[in-house]
Amino acid sequence: MDIIVSDIIALGIIAFLSALILYFVSQKFHVEENPKVEEIEQILPGANCGACGKAGCYNFAEACAKANAKSFKTLYCPVGGASTMKKVADALGFKAEVKEETVAVLKCNGTCENAPAKIFYDAPVSCRLAHQISVGQTGCPDGCLRLGDCVSVCKFGALSIHPQTGIPVVDENKCTSCGACVKMCPRGLFEIRPKGKNGQRVYVACSNKQKGAVARKNCKVACIGCMKCAKICTQIKVENNLSYIPVSVDAEEFGSELVKNCPTGAIVMTEAKKEKGHD
Amino acid sequence: MIKTFSIGGIHPDKHKITAHNPIIDAGLPEYVYIPIKQHIGTPAKILVKQGDKVKVGTLLADSDGIVSADIHSSVSGEVVKIDNIPDAFGYDEKMIVIKVEGDEFEASIDTSSDIVKDIPFSVDEIIQKIRESGIVGMGGAGFPTPVKTTIPEGKKVDFLIVNGIECEPWLTADDRLMIEKAEEIVVGAKILNKILGIQNAIVAIDENKPEAIEVVRNITRRYVGVNVCECQTKYPQGGEKQLISAITGREVPSGKLPIDVGCVVQNVGTVFAVYEAVLKNKPLFERIVTVSGDDCAQPQNFRVRLGTPASFLIDKCGGLTQKTAEVIFGGPMMGHTVINLQAPITKLTSGVLLLSEKETHRPDMMDCIRCGKCVDACPIGLRPFLIGVYTRNNMIDELKDIHTMDCIECGSCAYICPARIPLLDYCKLGKIEIRKKQKG
Repeated sequence: MDIIVSDIIALGIIAFLSALILYFVSQKFHVEENPKVEEIEQILPGANCGACGKAGCYNFAEACAKANAKSFKTLYCPVGGASTMKKVADALGFKAEVKEETVAVLKCNGTCENAPAKIFYDAPVSCRLAHQISVGQTGCPDGCLRLGDCVSVCKFGALSIHPQTGIPVVDENKCTSCGACVKMCPRGLFEIRPKGKNGQRVYVACSNKQKGAVARKNCKVACIGCMKCAKICTQIKVENNLSYIPVSVDAEEFGSELVKNCPTGAIVMTEAKKEKGHD
Repeated sequence: MIKTFSIGGIHPDKHKITAHNPIIDAGLPEYVYIPIKQHIGTPAKILVKQGDKVKVGTLLADSDGIVSADIHSSVSGEVVKIDNIPDAFGYDEKMIVIKVEGDEFEASIDTSSDIVKDIPFSVDEIIQKIRESGIVGMGGAGFPTPVKTTIPEGKKVDFLIVNGIECEPWLTADDRLMIEKAEEIVVGAKILNKILGIQNAIVAIDENKPEAIEVVRNITRRYVGVNVCECQTKYPQGGEKQLISAITGREVPSGKLPIDVGCVVQNVGTVFAVYEAVLKNKPLFERIVTVSGDDCAQPQNFRVRLGTPASFLIDKCGGLTQKTAEVIFGGPMMGHTVINLQAPITKLTSGVLLLSEKETHRPDMMDCIRCGKCVDACPIGLRPFLIGVYTRNNMIDELKDIHTMDCIECGSCAYICPARIPLLDYCKLGKIEIRKKQKG
């Protein structure tokens, strides 16, 4: 009986002392945590893709929670888009900046039909390697290698190699314009562009910088740098035999005229609010 | 004792079918295409313009910076074009196109076949002559030779190794060169001895070249300071670090150069070029090229003027057939697939191989069974299967931790893999990714 009583007393004292220590330690080393961080993290997509420039979604949430009204404007989650940023802004009591929705476009239209394969060998496992080895099967030094490194890097399943054309297709609904494909492509064929009014956007689907005749030998739809587009719209610049249509060019105003006048068909315009071809 | 490197190595089929074919002159093509970058480093500065008349040995482009090399004309004629022309891999490269007219040499070049044995020049004069002759490492890497022979302060050279291994299958250019120009090579080695301030050069030849060993050994008996060392036939014995390990027993540490362990390795082709440059005043404008392969009708060893289109040589050997699946510049293990047959022979092209489907076919890849053969075969002691896994999963920090950057891309792992995993591709890709990450 005595043993039981003494045990209870001894253990009781130990428990009390431990509790005291724990209490003081937790007081001393208390970490002030912003409850907003967790709240914002819940809103974010949670892909940890790094497209916002932060290491992951938690870090982005931290940055948001710390931000003031002015610095908040510099933060943007391209994956979640405007809707997510609105929710985040609401949670913080800021006003969300309205940003145009963007999408990745492929600046190459070297499909199996337009740029038939001329060089046959067992391809290596990746575009990045094939790029180092040679110009690739189409003979175009700046064109798509069709080996799908971009498909493997896309975390959202927005890219796939089209079975007929052989080049990657961007699923506009799934693409979050995180930019992973832009970084991955060894030839820099992807560009993040605004989706445009009614989903209409116009761009040059070619990256070939060779002289016109050489470029056309490999691909029917290569940009030959003829300057016709630059005459229609003065904003368009032609450098190194390659035309570039800035994002500020209005697709509705110039689009159809540009497409009509491009002699090779390198300029591509997406159809308004409908499912479109390759972009 | 026959020497070899300490770890790894494989024994591919030799296929040295041209070992008994003497070197013959390839002749002059109609046009030559001379790239201004045939070496590691900055491209040379062009000195000529369209319409200029040039002779054999005329300086066309001057080296730009220390790590660069002069480019000389390999023919006499007229410069017709300086333009971007697709190279062997289809990418545009700046080249000087010369229309061949006659075959007139620069007056300073000694074209006689007499062997000069005296070296009347000082060290500085020799280095200057090597620099002016545009000599680069002719084993394949193309590192400018003057840089390699200029010893940094505080470093001491103990060994000069003349690399006559030629461990790649099919190629016999170095083998034939040693048989036919043995004395020149030995004198060339003496010249390098003088620059490096050492007494003894070692000519390393592997045991499947008995004729070359005998010829060079007989000549070295008459010269003090050059010896022959017989090496075991094993791939990649001709790799710089492997050869140092075989001959001296020293290991070049990760990320260090051979000079850090007191060794300088020069290819026999380079040594021959040094001899010709210093004692014959002949800049580097021709080299020995083996044209061979299982689909080549008449395999030959050619003395080729640099800039000659590959198709010119291929036609001399019977041309392409329906069965030709791949044309390779260099050896089958480390060479590059050529997609443009108009591409010129450069200072680095040791061979042109025409291979059939049987030799080049890539079988379907199977799963890794962890047999460890790639680990046994790797001459560096890496774990290629692990590099493959990390590369596929894009684990770049881990790739760096397992020393992927030390890979010499010899292809032993991919050759030996029973599951036919393209391990070499993964190693190369891993290196690309690490470099990309380091750049930021």
